[in-house]
Amino acid sequence: MLIARPSDIPASEITPREIYLQRRRFLKEAAAIAAAGATAALLPCVAEAGQKIPNVKKSPLSTTDKPTSHKDITSYNNFYEFGSDKSDPARHARNFRTFPWTVSLEGEIKKPAKYQIEDFLKHFPLEERVYRLRCVEAWSMVVPWIGFPLRDLIRRLEPTSRAKYVEFTTLHDPEQMPGQKPGLFGAGLDWPYVEGLRLDEAMNPLTILALGLYGEFMPNQNGAPIRLVVPWKYGFKSIKSIVKIRFVEQPPLTTWVKANPREYGFYSNVNPGVDHPRWSQASERRIGEDSLFSPKRKTLMFNGYAEQVASLYAGMDLKKHF
Amino acid sequence: MPSPAIHKLIKPGLFIVALVPLAWLIYRTVNNDLGANPIETLNRYTGDWVLRFLMITLTVTPLRRLTGWNGLLRYRRMLGLFAFFYACLHFLSYVWLDQFFALSEILRDVAKRPYITVGFTSFLMLIPLAVTSTSGMIRRLGARRWQQLHRLVYFIGIGGVVHFLWLVKSDLREPLVYAAILALLLGFRIWNSAHSSRNTVASGTVP
Repeated sequence: MLIARPSDIPASEITPREIYLQRRRFLKEAAAIAAAGATAALLPCVAEAGQKIPNVKKSPLSTTDKPTSHKDITSYNNFYEFGSDKSDPARHARNFRTFPWTVSLEGEIKKPAKYQIEDFLKHFPLEERVYRLRCVEAWSMVVPWIGFPLRDLIRRLEPTSRAKYVEFTTLHDPEQMPGQKPGLFGAGLDWPYVEGLRLDEAMNPLTILALGLYGEFMPNQNGAPIRLVVPWKYGFKSIKSIVKIRFVEQPPLTTWVKANPREYGFYSNVNPGVDHPRWSQASERRIGEDSLFSPKRKTLMFNGYAEQVASLYAGMDLKKHF
Repeated sequence: MPSPAIHKLIKPGLFIVALVPLAWLIYRTVNNDLGANPIETLNRYTGDWVLRFLMITLTVTPLRRLTGWNGLLRYRRMLGLFAFFYACLHFLSYVWLDQFFALSEILRDVAKRPYITVGFTSFLMLIPLAVTSTSGMIRRLGARRWQQLHRLVYFIGIGGVVHFLWLVKSDLREPLVYAAILALLLGFRIWNSAHSSRNTVASGTVP
């Protein structure tokens, strides 16, 4: 009888695990592409991180500040799902799978839906928005995002009268996102990451869903394939790698508020007058511009977007609603 | 145990090794290799080395007790002074590069931000230890008082670790590694003193 024992199989015939996984991935993608139909099928091939995005309009809402270098934007990231060190996301998100990707649109809307990335590309014309990004840790960047106004999507979904807030959720996949491992093995937050906006904040023309930056599809470490950008709020409000957008009546309990309600508030508007317990918010360091020996620059109210957003908070005590 | 000739080499060797982190930092600075936020890198890097040298210094006594190699004591002062040296760099990096000597901002930080309060206090406590580290000072203070004063280093170690622990936003892994090492080093001392005092009694100082 000829039954090959394991030692009889020559090493050369054993498929390396990586290649084996690649095959499976290829088969899965091929099946998904076939299912998505011919036109849409072309899109996922281009929607890989780093590929050029065609037909992008410039936006008058862009700042004239000089954009931070591509290298700094893609190597200095707070994306705790991939580790809490700034250099972790670029390393650990390298093989992050962003295709196929479904965003579930649900809650208080008349037209709940599940969108693939292709659906966003099909429905919403993309623009370049060069925005300042102010991190709660007192540093800032200028990022040329590519995206579309969130309100274009919201209008399409037709929120009901009970929709007062929008809740966003990041993918939860500890296998791919080592920071999501439980307890002390991970980056120490309650996963999945949840963020939220008031509906009028979400409807503000400055609020965008971004699919790329610097003319290309979103690098994984920056929140591929789709993320929120709210330029007048601290960076952590701009949730990454979104899988769910839910319209709700009550303010969502967001991740950082849950982790530390004394230090983080629901609004988290950039406000030089309200300090974070660990950082003065009066000033900031602009990544890549200030030299070792230059003092920090003054932080502007609402990160310099007061003209567009201050009216949202008229009559509110922003020290209390920080 | 090494021969006297090797002893003579260990000290300068250790001195040079202790300067390697600084040399590496200078090399990276000159080559523009401090990352997107160089000042944060400098702060973190120098802070890391303060903690490391504190831990190394606190390892001398347990190691001496465990190995019986009393010659280790010769290097303790130098290691402690290197902790102080990196603490000075850390402080300078904060006061100069981070705050650009904005005194009111610095004072507000020290008063309002617990992690800075505890870090600053630990730095202040290091100063008398550095000042009284000379042989002359040991003689002037008397061994007993000198030793009492230098027990401050336990609080400095705890302060340093708490400083790091309170600085991080949610990922406690790295500071907890330092906390575990420190707990081990201080725990050894507690265990050892309980152990040896019982021995003292047992060996019959009481008639």
